[in-house]
Amino acid sequence: MDFYERLMNLDRRWVYLVVGIAVIIPVLNPFRVPVFVTQEVKAIYDSIESLEPGDILFLAIDYDPQAMAEVHPMARAIMRQCFAKDVKLIISALSQNGPGMAEQLISELGKEFDKKSGIDYCYLGYKPYFAIVILGMGQNFRIPFPTDYYGVPLDSLPMMRGVRNYDDVKLVIDISSGNITDYWIIYGNGRYNVKLAIGVTGVMTANYYPYLASGQIFGLMGGLKGASEYEVLSKQGDRAIKMMSIQTTAHIVIILFIVAGNIGYFMSRKKKKK
Amino acid sequence: MDLGTIIWNTVALFLTFCIFSFLYKDNPFYKFAEHLVVGVSAGYFAIILYFNGFIPKVWEPVTKRGEWWYILPAILGIMTWTRFSKKWSFISRFSIAFYMGIAVGVAIPLEMQQRVIKQLHATMLPVHFMNIQGLWNLLIVLGVLCGLVYFFFSVEHKGAVGGAARLGIWILMIGFGAGFGLTVMGRISLLADRIQFMREWYLMLAQFVSGG
Repeated sequence: MDFYERLMNLDRRWVYLVVGIAVIIPVLNPFRVPVFVTQEVKAIYDSIESLEPGDILFLAIDYDPQAMAEVHPMARAIMRQCFAKDVKLIISALSQNGPGMAEQLISELGKEFDKKSGIDYCYLGYKPYFAIVILGMGQNFRIPFPTDYYGVPLDSLPMMRGVRNYDDVKLVIDISSGNITDYWIIYGNGRYNVKLAIGVTGVMTANYYPYLASGQIFGLMGGLKGASEYEVLSKQGDRAIKMMSIQTTAHIVIILFIVAGNIGYFMSRKKKKK
Repeated sequence: MDLGTIIWNTVALFLTFCIFSFLYKDNPFYKFAEHLVVGVSAGYFAIILYFNGFIPKVWEPVTKRGEWWYILPAILGIMTWTRFSKKWSFISRFSIAFYMGIAVGVAIPLEMQQRVIKQLHATMLPVHFMNIQGLWNLLIVLGVLCGLVYFFFSVEHKGAVGGAARLGIWILMIGFGAGFGLTVMGRISLLADRIQFMREWYLMLAQFVSGG
């Protein structure tokens, strides 16, 4: 077996080991890489910046703990930006394993910015069958959520007085790791014409660019890169920015493996032809 | 830093190593962690569903507010469970038909509007060669047409049709490449997060041991 054939038959565990080392090195020796901001992320930032204190933004935290690495920094940065600007938040968590995680984030940032539940934000929590919930909230938030996550009736919350449905919120931002985003686009934007932006995992990002091009969503944050761009713009947190150096080294290693694999493939094919 | 946090984070670290051990080969540690995740997720979901679905949507309306009609959808739900019996499984069809009827009625007009008509509208763009935007529009229109031609099998892919189909497959490949690149980014993010977690665990432990 010559060199190229060995290259083609390389045990995948060597690939895992090298990628692992490429990830560990920047963790132990942190360095920063430049983050370039794209228009689709800036559109979200600008829209939130244009809100006045007291305006309401609906933030849908629709992901499970396993997607935290990619999308949690987005939710954190947006929430921090809103609290810093005194923009009020209505928050839902329509992914079944996410409500506890979302509550943890809300209480942590609520304490940091001295924001009170029912006055500065309203956490609705979880209700099953997200499509029906999204449609129901379009009529009245009280249909799927008569009470907030803590069991307090929405009518008794000061910030919810006079707030009926999506007509009373300026923007809807959905941070998601699953197909709930489709339902926000189809039902939220399609049925109720909400001004919608999304933050999704890397795997999902390519699927949602057509909706950006068609104007059905006005902004898109894709994976950790999108999160890091948002952190650069909002100056709220730097976890995603720090992780971009790890991405860079790992991507370089993967590109080298792809190049080496292709060289091995073409050289062994050439040899067979001879 | 309290001892409880250290212990729970150490359990999380152990489970992370259990899952990573699969990279070498399948083993009982990996299986243990995998089954634990499935079990905990199912248990957590069942409880969440009970307290956010059954209690506020069935139990409280019926028992506290006397709104007895809420029991009707609950009966439809119970009917779906008859699928486990060969003799009575036909009963489940009524509730499934009811659900399907509503879901299809709600979904079809909006799905058509959002996924087909608005997307089609977004490809009807002014094409010209006078500026960059016109050229980008041309690329979108060509990409959509050639991609569709590739999936048009009623005509043999020869001549002009073959050329368009070939361009179509190139465009599809570029799309798949972008998807693959973003997938790699996503997977590396998850790995990087776990490595960061290990580092934070080590710093936390060092701080605890040094009494900080």
